[in-house]
Amino acid sequence: MNIHSIVRTGLLFTAAAAVIGGCKPKAPGSVDTGDAASKVYVAPGKHDEFYNIVSGGFNGQMSVVGLPSGRVFKILPVFSVHPENGYGFSEESKPMLNTSHGFVPWDDLHHIALSVTNGEHDGRWAFGNANNTPRVARVDLTTFETTEILEIPNSAGNHSSPFITANSEYIVASSRFSVPIGDDKSRDVPINTYKENFKGTVSFVRADKEGDMHIAFQLVTPGVNFDLARAGKNKSHGWFFFSTYNTEQAHTLLEVNASQKDKDFIMAVNWKKAEEYIKAGKGRVVKAKYAHNVLDHNSGIAKSTMKDEVIQLDIKEFPEIAYMIPCPKSPHGTDIDPSGEYIIGSGKLAAIIPVFSFTKMMKAIESKDYEGTYDGIPVLKYESVLKGEVTKPGLGPLHTEFDGRGYAYTSMFVSSEVVKWDIEKLEVVDRAPTYYSVGHLMVPGGPTTKPHGKYLVAYNKITKDRYLPTGPELAHSAQLYDISGDKIKLLLDFPTIGEPHYAEALPASLIKDKQVKFYPLDKNTHPYATKSPDDTKIERKGKEVHVYMTSIRSHFGPDNIEGIKLGDEVYFHVTNLEQDWDVPHGFAIKGANTAETLIMPGATQTLKWVPDRVGVFPFYCTDFCSALHQEMQGYIRVSPAGSSVPLTYSLGK
Amino acid sequence: MVVAYFVPFWQIEMWAPQYPEWLHMKIWLYKLTGDIDIINGLNHYIGMKHIKVEMFPEFKVMPYILAGLIAFGVVAAWGGKRWLAWTFLVLLLAAGTAGLVDFYLWGYDYGHNLDPNAAIKVPGMVYQPPLIGTKELLNFIAYSAPDWGGWVLATSGIGVIVALLRDYRILKF
Repeated sequence: MNIHSIVRTGLLFTAAAAVIGGCKPKAPGSVDTGDAASKVYVAPGKHDEFYNIVSGGFNGQMSVVGLPSGRVFKILPVFSVHPENGYGFSEESKPMLNTSHGFVPWDDLHHIALSVTNGEHDGRWAFGNANNTPRVARVDLTTFETTEILEIPNSAGNHSSPFITANSEYIVASSRFSVPIGDDKSRDVPINTYKENFKGTVSFVRADKEGDMHIAFQLVTPGVNFDLARAGKNKSHGWFFFSTYNTEQAHTLLEVNASQKDKDFIMAVNWKKAEEYIKAGKGRVVKAKYAHNVLDHNSGIAKSTMKDEVIQLDIKEFPEIAYMIPCPKSPHGTDIDPSGEYIIGSGKLAAIIPVFSFTKMMKAIESKDYEGTYDGIPVLKYESVLKGEVTKPGLGPLHTEFDGRGYAYTSMFVSSEVVKWDIEKLEVVDRAPTYYSVGHLMVPGGPTTKPHGKYLVAYNKITKDRYLPTGPELAHSAQLYDISGDKIKLLLDFPTIGEPHYAEALPASLIKDKQVKFYPLDKNTHPYATKSPDDTKIERKGKEVHVYMTSIRSHFGPDNIEGIKLGDEVYFHVTNLEQDWDVPHGFAIKGANTAETLIMPGATQTLKWVPDRVGVFPFYCTDFCSALHQEMQGYIRVSPAGSSVPLTYSLGK
Repeated sequence: MVVAYFVPFWQIEMWAPQYPEWLHMKIWLYKLTGDIDIINGLNHYIGMKHIKVEMFPEFKVMPYILAGLIAFGVVAAWGGKRWLAWTFLVLLLAAGTAGLVDFYLWGYDYGHNLDPNAAIKVPGMVYQPPLIGTKELLNFIAYSAPDWGGWVLATSGIGVIVALLRDYRILKF
């Protein structure tokens, strides 16, 4: 052999190897987005089309985002303290986070429900749920502030919440975790007696009057896990539908034990029937301690009161309230189409999407077309309620939204895509990848009788390489799609705040012009408000020292205070005398164990400060307010306990 | 062929939408490397067994089998006799085929014998990885092919075939 032939054979072999080895399949490439940039660009000086109210998940807040730009306008504190503006730290706001367990500084806010009238968005309120220490909250959409929180007794894991009826009569709060309820003896049971002792609860919270959220009635159910829910509309108004899982009633290793049965249930509840029973006095009054916290608009003070009883109806004892519809397989979403006729179950481990018909369900109930009972509750025959199944939609269906044009959009977690299908024909017409592993979808107005359509947002659970990485903990990703045409088009990919589980969006025009710009000073009823610089003073009530302070560009009045003694509790009641748009002031003092507080024009906010040492302490305005913001400061002198320094205050002397 | 001790000889690559960076599994003569832990974590949802080195008793003997083949190859090259070349080729082909059959049988068991208590049960679905080539398994695209070591062994076999073909004057170069 000569060198020639060795080289030739070598090349031959390498070529052969390369040909065979280079057969690794190419990963599906990125979707071509065409002229997406122009569709999501909101020019300087112009506004977005939609307000997107987004749940923050484990951050316990809501965020307010503009669509189509995806820009964040606000992080709105609901269940978690917010040092940025003093929510949960100021004396006025602390009661909002009070519960029967005391002050709870954090929760897990999963879902949003926007108030509706006649099934359509009315722009009054947004509601959110607290998953950990069960509560529901109301947010005013003209001030974007949390104005009311109601704790839910006998509940654990308030996940299936808040979902709203067509005229905002009720929002529901249903338990994800069944627990033993009742008196102490009933609640202290071994965990493996789950099947005998653990119960679920579904609370119907009256929500149509601000300041008056109360539990109209609480249904006691078998010990299953409630996941999501939807109210009926139009012909199905009066009914509520809840997805359940863990009908196996497992209490350990649910990953395996709650995934065994081929079908779990969608529980259909006739709440008008429940109302009748309550009116007839059939409800059982049960002792329960739970908090109701309301923000007074004129004083800006939140007040917490404890309720002590709740009315219950056990659905086993009262027929015609609840029926079980079999649904494959550990359903997550149960969604109602805009007409109110079709109920769609998304079984997260299922390979099909079942679509149920309300009309068929009513017929099945009338003719008692049951296939048995589940813990005393009638189970309707699957085929008798089913309109049909969408076959081969994808893997891991989770949640369905609607565009109001006859199409449904279902998120597929495992195959990481959105699937568009014709509701009448039960046919898949398009699909689009999401990046990555989408949870919930959102179409503006999706759950209402008249969806606004146009856009679809996919909220994902896995981000990986979508944006510049920031260490191991990454923001959750979201994609915005154009659904106005026949095919779904990807427009924008943007990071989100916290973990958006669900969100709703409404046209900006509905609430934009109703936004409060400042609070009228003459309407301020705060007991420690100071409405004029001449009215500033300091009062000593034993160990409490109350400072009646004003703030205006660019000084505090008084700004020199002496005569505080160690052991005193100092309350700074700061009133912002401005009556102009976007001129808040902030207040912070050195060494305080609270946070700052931001005071809006015309409002009064109080920070409590307990000095721990002798000396002179500065305080200052923390929110840039004017050219001389840096000069907006003051000093307070703290003397030893028992000192004879007189209490004095001044400005400019 | 000694190279096969220092590089993996087989690879399985997996892509899914949420794994844009691909998942890799490298099979060596005596060990496994790659994203085995991640793959095991995902596969337990569908009831597949955990991939562990203990799963493959082959790892104990393969280094020795290859040593024997290399030794024979040296002898054959040294001896220069045609029957030695033939024997070497037959041994290589037998070893290769046995390896592929063994791999197929493992793949069959791995993909068919699922835990009946698995969380995700797709009716009628089995998860046998492809022997060579590409296959879609639920949301994954799986690609199975020889790695460097496997190519070395394959080209060794081709080398012997070429040598014999030249010897018989079928190939004239």
